[in-house]
Amino acid sequence: MTKGTVIQAEGLTKQFGDFIAVDHISFEVKKGEIFGFLGANGAGKTTAMRMLCGLSMPTSGKATVAGFDVYKENEAIKRSIGYMSQKFSLYEDLTVKENMRFYGGIYGKSDAFIKQKTAFILEHLKLEKEANLLVKSLPLGWKQKLAFSVAVFHEPEIVFLDEPTGGVDPVTRREFWSMIYEAADQGTTVFVTTHYMDEAEYCNRVSIMVDGRIEALDTTIALKKKYEADSMDEVFLKLARGAKRGE
Amino acid sequence: MRQFTSFIKKEFYHIFRDRRTLFILLGMPVIQIVIFGFALTNEVKNAKIAVLDQSKDVASIALLDEFNASRYFDIERNLTSYNEIEPAFKAGKLKMIIVIPSSFGEELKHLNKAQVQLIADASDPNVANTLTNYASAIIMDYQARITQERKLPYTIKAEFRMLYNPQMKGAYNFVPGVMAMVLLLVCTMMTAITIVKEKEMGTMEIMLVSPVRPILVVVAKAVPYLVLSIVNIISILLLSVYVLEVPINGSIPLLMGVSILFILVSLALGLLISAATDTQQTAMFISLIALFLPTVMLSGFMFPVENMPFPLRTVSNIVPAKWYYFIVKSVMIKGLGFSSIIKEVAILTGMLVFFLLMAVKKFKIRLA
Amino acid sequence: MSAVSISHIYKTYGKKKEVTALTDISFEVTKGELFGIIGPDGAGKTSLFRILTTLLLADKGEATVDGFDVVKDFKSIRKRVGYMPGKFSLYPDLTVEENLNFFATIFNTSIKEKLALSCALIHKPSVLFLDEPTTGVDAVSRKEFWGMLKSLKEQGITILVSTPYMDEASMCDRVALLQKGSIMAIDTPKAIVEAFAYDLWAVKAPAMLPLLRQLHQFDKIIRAYPSGVYHHVVVPKGFSEEILKEFLVASKIEGWELHKQEPNIEDCFMSLMTE
Repeated sequence: MTKGTVIQAEGLTKQFGDFIAVDHISFEVKKGEIFGFLGANGAGKTTAMRMLCGLSMPTSGKATVAGFDVYKENEAIKRSIGYMSQKFSLYEDLTVKENMRFYGGIYGKSDAFIKQKTAFILEHLKLEKEANLLVKSLPLGWKQKLAFSVAVFHEPEIVFLDEPTGGVDPVTRREFWSMIYEAADQGTTVFVTTHYMDEAEYCNRVSIMVDGRIEALDTTIALKKKYEADSMDEVFLKLARGAKRGE
Repeated sequence: MRQFTSFIKKEFYHIFRDRRTLFILLGMPVIQIVIFGFALTNEVKNAKIAVLDQSKDVASIALLDEFNASRYFDIERNLTSYNEIEPAFKAGKLKMIIVIPSSFGEELKHLNKAQVQLIADASDPNVANTLTNYASAIIMDYQARITQERKLPYTIKAEFRMLYNPQMKGAYNFVPGVMAMVLLLVCTMMTAITIVKEKEMGTMEIMLVSPVRPILVVVAKAVPYLVLSIVNIISILLLSVYVLEVPINGSIPLLMGVSILFILVSLALGLLISAATDTQQTAMFISLIALFLPTVMLSGFMFPVENMPFPLRTVSNIVPAKWYYFIVKSVMIKGLGFSSIIKEVAILTGMLVFFLLMAVKKFKIRLA
Repeated sequence: MSAVSISHIYKTYGKKKEVTALTDISFEVTKGELFGIIGPDGAGKTSLFRILTTLLLADKGEATVDGFDVVKDFKSIRKRVGYMPGKFSLYPDLTVEENLNFFATIFNTSIKEKLALSCALIHKPSVLFLDEPTTGVDAVSRKEFWGMLKSLKEQGITILVSTPYMDEASMCDRVALLQKGSIMAIDTPKAIVEAFAYDLWAVKAPAMLPLLRQLHQFDKIIRAYPSGVYHHVVVPKGFSEEILKEFLVASKIEGWELHKQEPNIEDCFMSLMTE
């Protein structure tokens, strides 16, 4: 493993019966990188992500996350990562503060840490006044930003974001991405999936999965050059059009 | 430990924020006790009856006075002929008709035996049965009195003693039943629903990605319902002692102990259901169909298990509530000690271990 | 006659009408038009569609579909419109394993099948309502889906489609930009872009985050935000390029690149949103 690599996959494969959901994928993600994980619906993104998060056992291949083996060191991986799913992940009937206390609690953080971190996040998001409101009374955009704050509450090395900005208004989407930038700037590695192709441009490097395999992996500039495209949208269309699955 | 406490705190927030559900959970036992105690009683009071008195002599009038004096009966009509009997049943809300033949007084005086006919509306067999029993008792009483007056030499008098429940109160039967029902609803259904809710909301996924052990998530979910259930048992017992006047004859610690055992069995069942289902509706449906109905039907609380056909009796053995119902009756009503319920306690403990193992196994499958 | 005509529709939810879903919505859709309702989650798209498909009653206002009143003639409307509700189940009733097994094959086709189905249920519907058909769908399938809509339009079917993806606006004949229950703009995509009240510049540099931070400090511009490869900088009309260049130099940004940029629908949406 090269220095500064936080995720390394080699021939990682997941098979369900005859169906190969993820087919020998190999890649590395560097510390502090924003890594875009793109692919058409059903290309195998979610399955690959689940294996890296320790939610699913690979069928074969090797992978380490934060230096820990996905087969044997599940628990250590879980302590080192944060996760935000496309399904909404805060408790609507708990207040903003209670949600943070709870998520800090499940990562075993001390009361002092939770208190300090909560104050910091509330100030950062300018949500001090709303700290004791139930989450369900907040606008969707705020909830989304809060969900991200909660995913990185325990200061994980890597944060996995599964389509974090679906349906969010364009202003909030920008605010959300500036939070991602900030996190990456502080050394957190960001592993993100999205259907917004302009968001793919914000990533340092992008991988594109087609039919369970990684068809392309490089910086956005290099990919556009290689596929003679003006935007990531075009690159994606050129690659994913050939997909067999889903047709 | 910190993880565990923050979980339990969160669960209590959920419960206290949802006032309506909390009210139902705590109010349900009270309402059930009230319904069973005062509305759904087997005792029949002031049943409307009619009389066809063809004798109209001193003896028949004296007998009918006894009926009138009883709080069970209300003589509403006097009929004049047999032909009126059928229309009378059809027209009114009559439950029973007493027919006294014309020769009643005469025969009683001279032959020392007379006949009275009781015609009951058996469309509700339980009521008909109860009423004819009451009526027989009144007639027996009357007979006993005239017998005494005449000082006949040989009489055998049967004396009844209703052991454990001298007043024949229905409450002795249903208090244990309500306890089983409430515990099952609160523990099994609510635990199953809240866990499945986390799956539906996607928060379970977050939990599985965190270092929290799944078993901890599940146990933390169960703790608040354990507490609520204990509160419910206490309120049921207080209500039954002070409102329904059903005494606790046995040891209270033993009763609480076995109740907690039953709660644990119910919780384990709830966990098993939650592990096997993905939506709140399914969880609720399974809890109701697979647990609630058998509890009501097969635990012996509505219908005596001894009277069931063999296959049903066999099935009733796997209903945990049946064993709990038996235990509560033994300890609370009969005042028996631990030694007489060892078998039932052992069965419940076995069920607890089995359900827990199944639930844990199911959970592991989901994590694969 | 308009295919869809809406006048001053209001809709609130909750016991005390505390949640406002739609405020004073009025517009007309002509026959054979492909009309887009563009807005994020919570803008009121689904409420509007449900009112038009007679599934929900408005608090106030009137609406007709194909000449029929949505309240009085709901039966006639139900006979002649096609409706594809949004957010259809992504999780069919399969086990986790089956789900993953078939997810790939089911999903992409299901969006097309559903569209085909909504059309087939009523033979050639006069108006087709598609509520967020492309949400959560990848870029390729989205492109194909819009291709299908184009061919339906050629058959003379009026189509109302809602989407949270701003880039899909350009596929529509006309669009309404919906935000927090109100229409911010309603026109052809071209006219909306032309009505952009500011100048827009695109700037990039090897280090994008410091660049954005510097831009956020610059009080002479209206706003700056990331947009694809570039950061978009919104400035008053006629703003001098020199001032921007001086700023970039003064901020010690290295390797920057600056050019004037045509706004897209998203730029317009954001400007209208923050007004």
